[in-house]
This record gives sequence, C-alpha cells and structure tokens, in this order.
Amino acid sequence: MASNSAEYIKHHLTNLTYGNHPVNGWSFAESSEQAAEMGFMAINVDSMAWSIGLGAFFIWFFAKVAKTATTGVPGGAQNFIEMIVEFVDDNVKSVFHHKNAIIAPMALTIFVWVFLMNLMDLIPVDWIPALATASGIHFMKIVPSTDLNVTLGMSIAVFVLIIFYSIQQKGIMGFLAELSLQPLGKWALPFNLFLELVGLIAKPISLALRLFGNMYAGEMIFILIALLPFWAQWMLSVPWALFHILIITLQAFIFMVLTIVYLAMAHDHH
Amino acid sequence: MNMNMTIIGQIISFIIFVYLCMKYVWPPLTAALAERQKKIAEGLDAADKANRDLEAAQQSVEAELQKSKAQAAELIEQANKRANQIVDEAKTAAHTEGDRIKAAAAAEVEQEVNRAKEALRAQVAALAVAGAEKILGASVDVNNHQELVDKLAAEL
Repeated sequence: MASNSAEYIKHHLTNLTYGNHPVNGWSFAESSEQAAEMGFMAINVDSMAWSIGLGAFFIWFFAKVAKTATTGVPGGAQNFIEMIVEFVDDNVKSVFHHKNAIIAPMALTIFVWVFLMNLMDLIPVDWIPALATASGIHFMKIVPSTDLNVTLGMSIAVFVLIIFYSIQQKGIMGFLAELSLQPLGKWALPFNLFLELVGLIAKPISLALRLFGNMYAGEMIFILIALLPFWAQWMLSVPWALFHILIITLQAFIFMVLTIVYLAMAHDHH
Repeated sequence: MNMNMTIIGQIISFIIFVYLCMKYVWPPLTAALAERQKKIAEGLDAADKANRDLEAAQQSVEAELQKSKAQAAELIEQANKRANQIVDEAKTAAHTEGDRIKAAAAAEVEQEVNRAKEALRAQVAALAVAGAEKILGASVDVNNHQELVDKLAAEL
C-alpha cells in the first residue's frame, strides 16, 4: 500500500511533458525522471493546454458578453461579469493612481484567469486523469497553477512590466538612483543596491511561489484525501473543498492586487 | 518539478490574453458601465427637475387661484356697488319724475283756474250790465259804457 500510495501521489503530481530526451529524442516523457532529463527543451503539454483553454474561455465568454452589453438593465451573464469588472476596476482605482490603459485589463485577466486555473482544483482529483489514462494519455495534471512554470511565467511577465514602467517613468538614471541611493544615502551605495535588488527580484519570485505553493499544497491535500477509503473521503474532502473555494479566490485576488501594487510602485516617484 | 519551456509558453499566452482583454473585453464593458452610470445620473436629474417643476406648477396654481379669488371678490363688490348705484339712480329718477308730474299737475290746475277766472270775468261783465239795466230801467248802451264795464271786470 505504501509504495502504491507513493506512486499514486507521484503520478498525480507529474506533468505530461513533451520534449527533447537525450536518448529518446522528441517524445512524451514516460516518467518524471525522463521529464527531468529533457531539461529546458521541453513543454508541459497539460499545463499549457489547460491554461490556454481556460484563458481562451475567459476571453471568449467575456468578449461575447461585452459585445452584446446593453447600457440598460443587464441580463444575468452581463450582470455577473459587470460585477467582476467593477470589482477589479475599484481595486485598480484604489491602488493605482496613474494613467495606464494596460493595468486594469491586465488585472482583470490575471484575476479571472488565475481563478479559473485554480478552480480546476475543485474537480475531483481522479476524474480527468482517469479519463486521460483511459484514452491513452499517461499523465494529466489539470491545475495549471500547481505548475511552477505557469505561475513563474506570469510573474516574469509582470516583472518585465515593472522594469519597463520603472524606466519609462523615471528614466534609466532615475531607476538606477532609486535602486542605489536609498534607503541609506549615497555613502552606502553597494549596500543599498544589494538591498533594493533583492527586494526587486523578490517581487516576481514571491508572486509566483505564493500562488504555486498554495495551489500545490491544496492539490496535495486533495490527493491525500483521495487515498482514504471511498466511504470516508467526503468527511474531509467536502470541508476542504469548501475551504478551498476561499483559497482559490483569495490567491487569484492576491496575485492581482500585488501586480497592481508593484506596477503602481513602478510608476511612483520617490 | 522541472523548469522548462512551459514558462515561455505561459509568458506568451499571458501577453496574448492581456492584449485580447484590452482590445475586446475591457473597453466595451467599461463603456457600457459608464454609459449606464450617465443614464442613471441623467434619470435622477430628470426626476429632480420634474419634482421642482411640479412644485413650481403647484405654486403658480396656488397663486393663480388666489388671484382669481381676489378678482371674483372684486367683481362681486363692483356688482354690488353697481346695483346700489342703479337703485339710487332709479330712486332719484322716480323722485324727479314724481316732482315733474306734480309740477305739471300744478301748472294745469293753475291754468284751469285762470281759464275759469277769464270765463267768470266775461260773465261778470255781462251780469253787471244786465244788473245795471235792471236798476236803471233802461238799456245801457254797452258801447257807451264800455270803458266802465272793462274797468269793473278788471277789478274782479
């Protein structure tokens, strides 16, 4: 049972990876070891498929409603979406006081997309992997936000925007001055630079790891609960799922708000 | 946990989704929200204005009512005054008419009296001549004593 359980957990935590294996060439990895041997020249097909699918769903659904949006009394779907848009817009307006057309749509994209990716966590852990196995796909991880590549990819994109807007708003010298001349003044320049660089790099890392860690841990607990006898699972899985609804929303919200805050800091002059 | 190309794939899809959201999702939705906000504000304004208009209308109705009441009162008073005047005038006219009739009657009576006096005078003259004839036993020539008789008649 013990080795069985370990295998079960490992199976559920392995991505479907396609890449250039030193021995097998371009192929799907048949184990996590093979995936590791592929190095960087590989792609987690399941993460990409689910995240792009969910993102496309978000854009399709919202654009469809936006296209038929009336200024009169809104219908059900429009009402729901307007609620989300207003919620995001309020958050952006309360934190970000500069003019930037990208911030609000990006915040909306992050919030809804991350929420949808997290939401996959609430689908019972065995359903889709079992379906995939039945149709010949060995690995299938359906929660993209439990893949560090995914969360890190988003946070790196945010990081690039932070650097871009810092330089655009303050100039390259202004940005460098901000990094090196505080908090202790010009005589402690190396110390300042070290401190500020760590702070700067911590932003994308913490953004990615926070989301990844929360979702990975949540997924792990669902998997562990799934190891219990079937008649006992509901006693733990139901409370955990209910609690997890809060976590997935909260994590999506935190990712969005921190992105706004970081970009607002990039626009602020000290 | 392997770091691989997924990270780049995710960056690319993130950029694409943000772009699509910026182009097709955010502007129409915020435009619709802003439009509705404007509409609601306008509606509230219109309601406010209608309320103010109603109040003004009520005030003007009240004023108009007051005015017409005053007018009606004035008219009634005028009518009363006029009626009194007419009555007074009628009274005066009646008095005048009465006086005139009385005066006419008096004048006629006078005339009658005068006429009777004339007639009597003429008869007195004849009677006097006849009386004198009787007394004298002879006829009195009227022509001879015309002067005397006329004097007598005039004295009557």
